Amino acid sequence: MAGEPGNFQAVLKNQPRYIIPEKCTACGDCQRACPAQAVNEFNLGLDRRSATYIKYPQAVPRAYAIDRNVCLGCGWCEKICLAEAVKYDDEPRLREVHVGAVVLAPGFEIFDPSTLATYNYGQSPNILTSLEFERILSPSGPYKGHVMRPLDRREPRKIAWLHCVGMRSDQEGAHPYCSNFCCMVALKQAIIAREHIGPELDMALFYMDMRTPRKDFEKYCVRVKDQGARLIRSRVYGVEPLPDSGDLRIRYATESGERQEEVFDLVVLSVGGVISTDTVDLAGRLGVKLSPDNFMDTQCFAPVTTSRPGVFSCGFFNGPKDIPQTVMEGSAAAAAAGHLLAAARGTLVREKVFPPERDISQEPPRVGVFVCHCGLNIGGVADVPAVVEYGQTIPNVEYAQANLFTCSQDAQNQMIDMIKEHHLNRVVVASCSPTTHQATFQDMLRNTGLNKYLFEMANIRNQCTWVHQRQPEAATQKCKDLVRMAVAKARLLEPLDYITVPVNKTALVVGGGVTGMTAALNLAEQGFEVHLAERKDRLGGNALRLRHTWRGSLVGPRLEELLHKVKNHPNLTIHYESIVTGVSGVVGNFRTTLSRNQVIDHGIVILAIGAEPYRPVGQYLYGQNPNVFLSLDLDQELAEESERLRQAQAVAFIQCVGSRTPDRPYCSKVCCSHSVENALKLKELNPDLDVYILFRDMRTYGEREHLYEKARNQGVVFIRYHLADPPKVEQGADGKIRIRVTDHILARPVELGVDILTLATAIIPHHNAPLAELYKIPLNAEGFFTEAHAKIKPVEATTEGIYLAGLAHYPKPLQESVAEAMAAASRAATVLSRDFLELESNISRVVDENCDGCAFCVDACPFKAITLLEYMFEGKVKKTVEVNEILCKGCGSCMATCPKQGVYVAGFSLAQLGAQVEAALGLI
Amino acid sequence: MGVKFEPKILAFLCKWCSYASADLAGVSRFQYPSNIRVMLTMCSGRVDPVFVMEGLSSGFDGVFVFG
Repeated sequence: MAGEPGNFQAVLKNQPRYIIPEKCTACGDCQRACPAQAVNEFNLGLDRRSATYIKYPQAVPRAYAIDRNVCLGCGWCEKICLAEAVKYDDEPRLREVHVGAVVLAPGFEIFDPSTLATYNYGQSPNILTSLEFERILSPSGPYKGHVMRPLDRREPRKIAWLHCVGMRSDQEGAHPYCSNFCCMVALKQAIIAREHIGPELDMALFYMDMRTPRKDFEKYCVRVKDQGARLIRSRVYGVEPLPDSGDLRIRYATESGERQEEVFDLVVLSVGGVISTDTVDLAGRLGVKLSPDNFMDTQCFAPVTTSRPGVFSCGFFNGPKDIPQTVMEGSAAAAAAGHLLAAARGTLVREKVFPPERDISQEPPRVGVFVCHCGLNIGGVADVPAVVEYGQTIPNVEYAQANLFTCSQDAQNQMIDMIKEHHLNRVVVASCSPTTHQATFQDMLRNTGLNKYLFEMANIRNQCTWVHQRQPEAATQKCKDLVRMAVAKARLLEPLDYITVPVNKTALVVGGGVTGMTAALNLAEQGFEVHLAERKDRLGGNALRLRHTWRGSLVGPRLEELLHKVKNHPNLTIHYESIVTGVSGVVGNFRTTLSRNQVIDHGIVILAIGAEPYRPVGQYLYGQNPNVFLSLDLDQELAEESERLRQAQAVAFIQCVGSRTPDRPYCSKVCCSHSVENALKLKELNPDLDVYILFRDMRTYGEREHLYEKARNQGVVFIRYHLADPPKVEQGADGKIRIRVTDHILARPVELGVDILTLATAIIPHHNAPLAELYKIPLNAEGFFTEAHAKIKPVEATTEGIYLAGLAHYPKPLQESVAEAMAAASRAATVLSRDFLELESNISRVVDENCDGCAFCVDACPFKAITLLEYMFEGKVKKTVEVNEILCKGCGSCMATCPKQGVYVAGFSLAQLGAQVEAALGLI
Repeated sequence: MGVKFEPKILAFLCKWCSYASADLAGVSRFQYPSNIRVMLTMCSGRVDPVFVMEGLSSGFDGVFVFG
């Protein structure tokens, strides 16, 4: 790759697939014909596949390929492929691309435990990695979702999961960091295995620290425990396969050093992730700097920026993380690239132009029926010519024909000709599923000048020939019925107006902390106008009190830089001492009123209002003794290098104050790293200082594990306490703070006298309810904003056009808040960069003369899209309802509750569905 | 006797979940009897009790609402 930011030339190498993806219809005939067998690497060698294969059911593109390493060259697939997609002489292709920015997302590979003698991995088929076990749990896996031991295909009754395999260890072949996802993998697999096998399954999880710091993960862990899983804090030092039975003996040491052993049916090694040598090579070729653990060397304020300008990175490559965070970081990298390429936005867009729409209002229905063979997928089971012949006899059908592959471009061109030639005004395609192909055919209709809603599909493949493969006659009959049903509905279809709404390209960001400022600045730099509302009289939020990031760099200078940019950006307007007091409108066109009476019209909103530390007044002498701090107070003392810090002889930290309790069942995520990091700074200030950290599980996840290791090496004393037996803190007569706690190794009480005590308290949400109410978005039980989907929509609210970032969503460290701010900006830009939003027209329509305003539908609507209206009509008050076209998703719940047929979903009216039901009965 | 009763079943499937499941059953080549006729709806919440009654009164032996 050569060039500079904004103008790179990169050469990409495409390996040959030997089946042309553009031609392949994924019918699978080639796979069934293939006589050659290979080890199925997707199921990690637990089963076999053919040489002609598709890697996994969700593969994109959904196209087959030939594995030439095992292919016999017999030519069967080429003969059988009706789409003529097989190309034996395919070759690697080099392609040069010109791009402005590069995003690296190479992912990771799982750690290979065979390098560690402890686990005897490879010595017994009943010792599995967590990924192998994941495949065994999967319905598309080697055992079709039946949990069995690979050795004897027997259902296990007793499974052990071993955490931290290959991780958090200085052993040769292992890695020093924590992989972040593996604790949750083990917990999740325990629950799923129990669902498969039943409550009698004995689940034992052998772990060092249970690391479940993300949103709702702590509750998940509690749930696993409640379901009877044994969580055993231990060090495993041997896994030994037993002869004959195939069982496995685990030898381990408990926390107090006692040696134990136990026999299990199956052992799952919850392995971590490592960066592959290929990825390290790629980094070398591109000239980007990596950390000692081979992760991308990034900064907390620039979490997706690499050492090479114009090259961004995301995902596990930036440090161990789980799915929600990788998804979020992917969007953050897009935001960084979007900023760099803002000037070029839209320059490569080609607008699609459709011919003017034909007026069919005066024409009787003239239906065209196109029946797909789909190679042998439909044609190999059902009698397609008979279906076509039958189609021609249905009333209003003017034309019917068969196609080999209806979705292919040549078939579509031919269909366009037929639509024109026969002057068709409704089209039925009998083929696969509307879920995958409706949009394709609707576009085809628009190309002929027909409204796209004059289209109906009959699903004769997925829901007929594929599921009745051994009943050709019944399948043919069902195809006919499905075509008749589709025609019955199609003849009643009406053209629908396309709904487009203009987008106001202004953003509102609520909250002026680092998260809000980062999001606002990114959008401003992408060229959008941004309003930033902050409730206080200054920007900065919690970061103003934060001394340094976990990577050790000072927060202050970077914060100053950010403040300077935000205050001076021409696209950015700051509203100080302003909170949101009123909201109306929807995505594309919100109107928000702020407390100083500013009225802002905007297309999207990002909520980044932060959170605050829990203040445990009365607990652990907080508020009573001036030497009892919260974590952020200690940051201030460290910044000032205060006299009392320099005079101190002993200090202690108590973790999880107010976190992970029945009242507040979540982990605040930042506090373990924060305390360890401050312990190290204190040690730097005074190496003779005694430092104690009283903790429950040490959650220095990812590369933060190095901090924990360093702290132990520097003599910081870590003492574990239990929730049921918390430390007791008293004012000593000598002026010291006296702490009594039960030591986890000695299993006896110890007493500490310290000068300074820091409480790592929970991060609690502000009073988020009013804002949530105004924007109509939900809060979780703890009062944090709820995202639309925990994994795939991590920064979107459930209502479109509203995005969430930072602490208001869940506690997280600065680096993750910054990435989330960028991710929210990126998602917001997908709306702001458009001139119009196009919406589906299959939505509710009110029949004013039938509606009497009873408002049953108002409560039934899950999208709050219906409002009650009253107006004067012929001297009387007329009540009716109004549907918001943007909020309505066409679910039809209103229609089901309406007693007077006062509302219907366009394209799913009572008459249309009724005709379909009536037609369904026909010949069954 | 000896006559095997084959019920005719009308199914209402939600576009977002159960209709997609029925598609997936096809992708997975699960085999099942052919005497079911599927109606796609935008949501199972849209299925009016009247649909169920009309389905039964017009000759179906069973109505299946899945969402």
